Amino acid sequence: MVEWTDAERAAIQDIFSNLDYEDIGPKALRRCLIVYPWCQRYFGGFGNLYNADAILSNPMVAAHGIVVLHGLDRAMKNMDNIKNTYAELSVLHSEKLHVDPDNFRLLADCLSVVIAGKMGTAFTPEIQAAWQKFLAVVVNALGRQYH
Amino acid sequence: MLSKKEKELLVIIWDKMLPIADDIGSEALLRMFTTFPKTKTYFAHLDITPRSKQMLSHGKKIVHALHEGAKNINTLATTLAPLSRFHAYQLRIDPSNFKLLSHCILVTLACRMKDDFTPIAHAAMDKFLSAFAAVLAEKYR
Repeated sequence: MVEWTDAERAAIQDIFSNLDYEDIGPKALRRCLIVYPWCQRYFGGFGNLYNADAILSNPMVAAHGIVVLHGLDRAMKNMDNIKNTYAELSVLHSEKLHVDPDNFRLLADCLSVVIAGKMGTAFTPEIQAAWQKFLAVVVNALGRQYH
Repeated sequence: MLSKKEKELLVIIWDKMLPIADDIGSEALLRMFTTFPKTKTYFAHLDITPRSKQMLSHGKKIVHALHEGAKNINTLATTLAPLSRFHAYQLRIDPSNFKLLSHCILVTLACRMKDDFTPIAHAAMDKFLSAFAAVLAEKYR
């Protein structure tokens, strides 16, 4: 089980309490598709992803970005049991969606950049470290059912 | 692989960062050491407390090299050849660490530039940093 310090728990809770899912979720997924275009392979059913403008205005991308953040929310509410929390989602991504788990980290990195842009200097190195530790645990849990 | 527009954007960003090179560079290093503690192993000989003299001067060096690279993007491999030799033959840093610093540079820029660090700027910078890292690792073997 992952150990969390009180400071880490507080930093993660604090980010979530100020997180506008409807704003940040779409922004993070859009960036992922623009910065790492190979991630687009998993979104063939999302219509026009032809260029950055198309991605930025694609409503299905925006909607799915919100879904992702609500999924992340479950980890925050189950910080001591993240692996089991994502068991089902991991199976889905492995067996049905066939997503290469490396892509989870790319999305996580984009989410960190979006949050850094939102929080500015308040996103201190210590807060970044706690946040990325949290995302690393989530990414690991999502890749756990692959075999 | 970088478009003309992207190249121009990179020069604009690094021109802006040059006067505060020590701030930006040392912040990126500090973020890397805090978020990825294993990276500290390569800096055991330096004082890596926040904003120490050595952190500021090393950070400044990094940003100056990035600025130089951005200005000479079409000849990146020759521009960075001395730096590449230095990393491969003397420092011998495992190249996977370049990615960690690149990510922390992106986060530092996002914190500073906020909304100006658009998805387009982010994409251009990520491409540039990975090209830069590839050149640094080129002479390893």
